[in-house]
Amino acid sequence: MKPPMTPLERVLTTLRYVEPDRVPFFLLLTMHGARELQVPLAEYWRSPDLIAEGQLRLREKFGHDCLVGAPYAAADVEAWGGEVIFRDDGPPNAGEPLIADVEDIRTLQPPPIEGNPVIAATLRVIELLAERSHDVPVVGGLVAPFSLPVMQLGFERYLLLMRDRPDLFERLMSINEEYCVAVANAQLAAGATAVGFADPVASTTVVDPQVYRDVASRIAARTMGRIHGGVALNVASGRCLEIIGEMAQTGAVAVQVGPDEDLAALKHAAGGGVALLGNLNGIAMRHWTPGQAEAEVKKALAAAGPGGGYVLADGHGEIPFQVPDDVLLAIAEAVRRWGVYPLDWADPPA
Amino acid sequence: MDAHDQAQAFQKALLRGDRAAARAVLRDDLEGGDPVAVSEAVVVPALERIGASWETGAISLATLYLSGVLAEEVVAEVLPNIRPATGAAPSIAIVVLEDHHVLGKRLVLSALRSAGHAVEDYGHGLSPRDVVARCRAESPRVLLVSTLMLPAALKVRTLVDGLAELDPRPALLVGGAPFRMDPELWREVGADGTGNNSADALRLVRSALEEGPR
Repeated sequence: MKPPMTPLERVLTTLRYVEPDRVPFFLLLTMHGARELQVPLAEYWRSPDLIAEGQLRLREKFGHDCLVGAPYAAADVEAWGGEVIFRDDGPPNAGEPLIADVEDIRTLQPPPIEGNPVIAATLRVIELLAERSHDVPVVGGLVAPFSLPVMQLGFERYLLLMRDRPDLFERLMSINEEYCVAVANAQLAAGATAVGFADPVASTTVVDPQVYRDVASRIAARTMGRIHGGVALNVASGRCLEIIGEMAQTGAVAVQVGPDEDLAALKHAAGGGVALLGNLNGIAMRHWTPGQAEAEVKKALAAAGPGGGYVLADGHGEIPFQVPDDVLLAIAEAVRRWGVYPLDWADPPA
Repeated sequence: MDAHDQAQAFQKALLRGDRAAARAVLRDDLEGGDPVAVSEAVVVPALERIGASWETGAISLATLYLSGVLAEEVVAEVLPNIRPATGAAPSIAIVVLEDHHVLGKRLVLSALRSAGHAVEDYGHGLSPRDVVARCRAESPRVLLVSTLMLPAALKVRTLVDGLAELDPRPALLVGGAPFRMDPELWREVGADGTGNNSADALRLVRSALEEGPR
């Protein structure tokens, strides 16, 4: 009997569209570590040691196949000096937009990576995780150039900038690209196995498919081409079925897809060009019984598991703090029970 | 063209971002008519269909937003008289609870104003206590609350408790991603209703105003 694969082997195998020993699963838990260590979130966020310790304890508890090295998305505006609002029951939130006047984009510069305390804290988390866990993927993360302006400008002014000021839009994309490339490569150098590339604005929920094809995919591909490692695209619960083929062309190794979409249809449309992560509903998960958790896991495994190219995860990229451990344990148990290859119990998707 | 065709023409003009065409549809329809009737027959159905199109994925949020802003501007220009007289207390208020993501509120605000409602915008980043204080002072009949993150959505429960001390209290309608992704969440936090898009908001507001004080 073959020994079980390590989480890293399992993930790398499925990314090649080859079936590993079982379907890998990512519990993208950025906050539950604080509860595990019995410290308030405010204290947790400020300590790379606590975050790393929390991640390792969570993996010990649930047995999932990754460690999360990027604590919160708003760090990507905090690093620029932007306002971030911390709270005791959820992730930190971007406050008032960083850029007061769109004309300021003309002179805007990305923050230096070296010596930036916010970036240094994330890099330290990744270093600690990489030092203490060699066979588990450590996933870094950043907000993509095309989506960062939501925090820099606010959503409304960003949509108007895209429509009315192509000159400033292009300049902002190029500034953000420099920042994202530098941060991603620093995370990989610190020991991240891959980086998550959060690009919710690129989803067809937010912009027209043609805008993705003409604009957003070009920026994503250009940025990813300069990142020296694997990149997993994430559209934070947005839709992407119509553009999954173009997403596969950006250089991403995987796309995390939202709970509104048909996982089997996405897998079919991806055509083996890019692996999928997803698409459990993290908000609804809060109320799941163990039976519901098992049913949801089975449904996702049956839709996307056969043939590999699939990692079970939530569909957003962050499981809410309010999701109880019992549900996470039930998900983990269901993957171990039903996710062992070959998935003989699952009917092949139509 | 009948009202149905007019509404379709208005909808198409909004989706194309064609200000001149949108203006022309309303002006044609208004000739010798009642602005409120034009709003009801042309503007509201067009906005309802656009909102529903976003819900089904047929149009993007960017298109929904830009068409909503255009509708608001064109209506203010061509049908200024559908708004209540200046100085009249708005019976509808809207707020983003606890966070700074204002786009959802903006979409609903545009739709309500285009449909002729006067709406007081309480802003964003307010705590439940702040919102209760505004409602105590201004007595809106309907309060719309937009949230993006689950923790803020759960804080609606605190808001409900605070509003319960007012007599009468406003009807509380909630919206935003957490409520869309968990269809039972609005009941859990004690709201009076929820909607997934600006079309739902128009319908729910209309029905809350018809129901009278709570």
